[in-house]
Order: sequence, then C-alpha cells, then structure tokens
Amino acid sequence: MSVMTIERKVLEKNDSLAAANRKRFAQNGLLTLNIVSSPGAGKTTLLEATIEHLKNRVRIAVVEGDVQTDLDAQRVASYGVPVVQIVTNGGCHLEAGLVAEAVDRLDLDAIDLLLIENVGNLVCPANFDLGEAMKVVVLSTTEGADKPLKYPAMFRRASVLIINKVDLLPYVNVDVDDIKRHARQINPDLAVFEIAATSRLGVAEWCDWLVARLTAGHA
Amino acid sequence: MHEVSVAAGILDIVRQHVLAADALRVRAVRVRVGDLAGVVPDSLGFCFDAIVAGTEYASARLEIDVVPANGICGECGLAAAIDSLPPFMCPSCGSPFITVTAGDDLVVVDVELDDGAGGLQ
Repeated sequence: MSVMTIERKVLEKNDSLAAANRKRFAQNGLLTLNIVSSPGAGKTTLLEATIEHLKNRVRIAVVEGDVQTDLDAQRVASYGVPVVQIVTNGGCHLEAGLVAEAVDRLDLDAIDLLLIENVGNLVCPANFDLGEAMKVVVLSTTEGADKPLKYPAMFRRASVLIINKVDLLPYVNVDVDDIKRHARQINPDLAVFEIAATSRLGVAEWCDWLVARLTAGHA
Repeated sequence: MHEVSVAAGILDIVRQHVLAADALRVRAVRVRVGDLAGVVPDSLGFCFDAIVAGTEYASARLEIDVVPANGICGECGLAAAIDSLPPFMCPSCGSPFITVTAGDDLVVVDVELDDGAGGLQ
C-alpha cells in the first residue's frame, strides 16, 4: 500500500465561490444578509415586514431558497421588489454557486440590500458560506429557549438574532431572557431584536439598525 | 442531510488528485472531521458509499478521524476541551468569550493506494 497526501478542505469549492460572491457584492456596494431559521420561524414574514418598512428608502432584492415551490417568492414579489427563486429539489441548504447563478439574474447596480432567505433548517446552512456580510438567525418564541444550545454552530456563526412571535409569549412557556441568555452563551457578540413580524411590532427598530449598517458601509 | 454534499465534495477532491488510471487502486480515503464541523460521521460514511457505488471508486472505503473540539478562554486564557463545558463557557471563569482552536476541520487527508503487490500482476 502507498499513501498519497492530499490535505484539502472539503468545502473549499463552496468557500471560493462564496469569496467571489462577497467580492462582487462589495464592488456593487451591496449589503447581503443570509437569513436562516428552522421551518416556520417566520423568515418570509420578516422579509415582508422589512421590505414594507424600507422599500421607499432602500432598494431591496430577494433570493428565495426553498426545497420545493415558489410560494415564498410569490409572497415577496407582491411587495414589488425583484425576487429570484432557487428550488433546491430536496437539498437542505443553499450553496454559494446557486446564489451566484441567482444573482446573475438581478441588476446589482440597482440594489442596496440583498436578502437571501435560506432553506428552513438550523443545521446544514451553518456550514455553507454564501458570501453574505452577515447571517441573521430567526428564532420564534414557540420553538423554546433551548434552541441556541441545541444548534450552537448556527448561533455561533450568526451576527444577528431575531426573536420572532413575541406577541405569542402569553401563550407559550418561554422566557425571552432565557433565549437571550442561551444565545449569548454561545455567541456574546450577537445583536438581538425582539419582534412580532405579523403585527410589525419591533420591525422599525430592526430596520433602523439595518439602515445604520447600510450608511456605515456595512461595518 | 448535507452529508451527501460533503461526500460529493470529498469524491471531487479525490478525482482531482488521483490519476484516472489509478482510480481502481484506491482502497481508502481518509478524512478529518471536527466535532464542530456539523457532520455526522456515520451519515457521512453511508453517503460516501452511496456516492461511489457504480463508479471506479466503488471499492474505496471512507476512514474518518474525528477531531475533538478545543478552545481558549478570551478572558482567563484557560485552554480546555469544549465538549466538557456547558456550551462555550469557560469552566474556570465562566466567560462565554471562547475562541475555538480545534474541531472545525472538514479535510481530505490522504488516499491509500493498492500497489498491486502480492503477485496479482
């Protein structure tokens, strides 16, 4: 037997495509968010609320990732922003190459903010860099306070935690402070927002923070 | 189940390094998988077998070296195994500012080739 040394990162192809995306987004002065959560946490409703609040001030486009259907893209398109749908046909996460192809169909010079809605899954999307400026993880109050501890990879790599469905707190056995404590135990640098996307509660604060990032050159 | 993507990525890298003429000689592919890499070793082995089935690498087996997670506390400097802590908290001072120093790996280490020794040629 002889041994041939290789020593190469398995995800290097995705990482290099993500680096190319990141460079392209920077050249176009674009702030790109990779929005992740488990299914049903409220990513699409968060997009709708964010677009509704910002569309007169900020030029927004959306890339929608779903395992099947373009239902989310239809919802978002009704707000009058450009939307590209990626259907992964069973794939549990978006990859940088899929995003590069999707972005080819957008006029990047006419966009300030690109929102990428990942496939609903708190595990696999953590490993696949898309070239985004930051990951935004959405956690709804109905999921329980222990999720940051159960899915540490995702919370460790995120910059923002949006706690959604806070209007349901009277009906669920969850303390928002426990969610925040667990999340900051995994990632002390997380920016945290408490919102109810459906009723638009807290959406203004989140959008003001985003606008500040846009005007600060994404710092 | 992104282990399928990971297994496909492993096979891609092997194909780039092993000459086509040597493909049938590959007996094992060794990978290093960190505890924090988000990959389930058993699933990865299963997916690798499924991906190589019917290819010239069908007889190659996947050998997985699991690397434990380690970190260093940003406040008191203690180095410790991460899976021995409550998630990402220093066991000495309780700080959550832990820098991961090992356990993120997902790397193809090497391949083992059959030299054809033993009178087969």
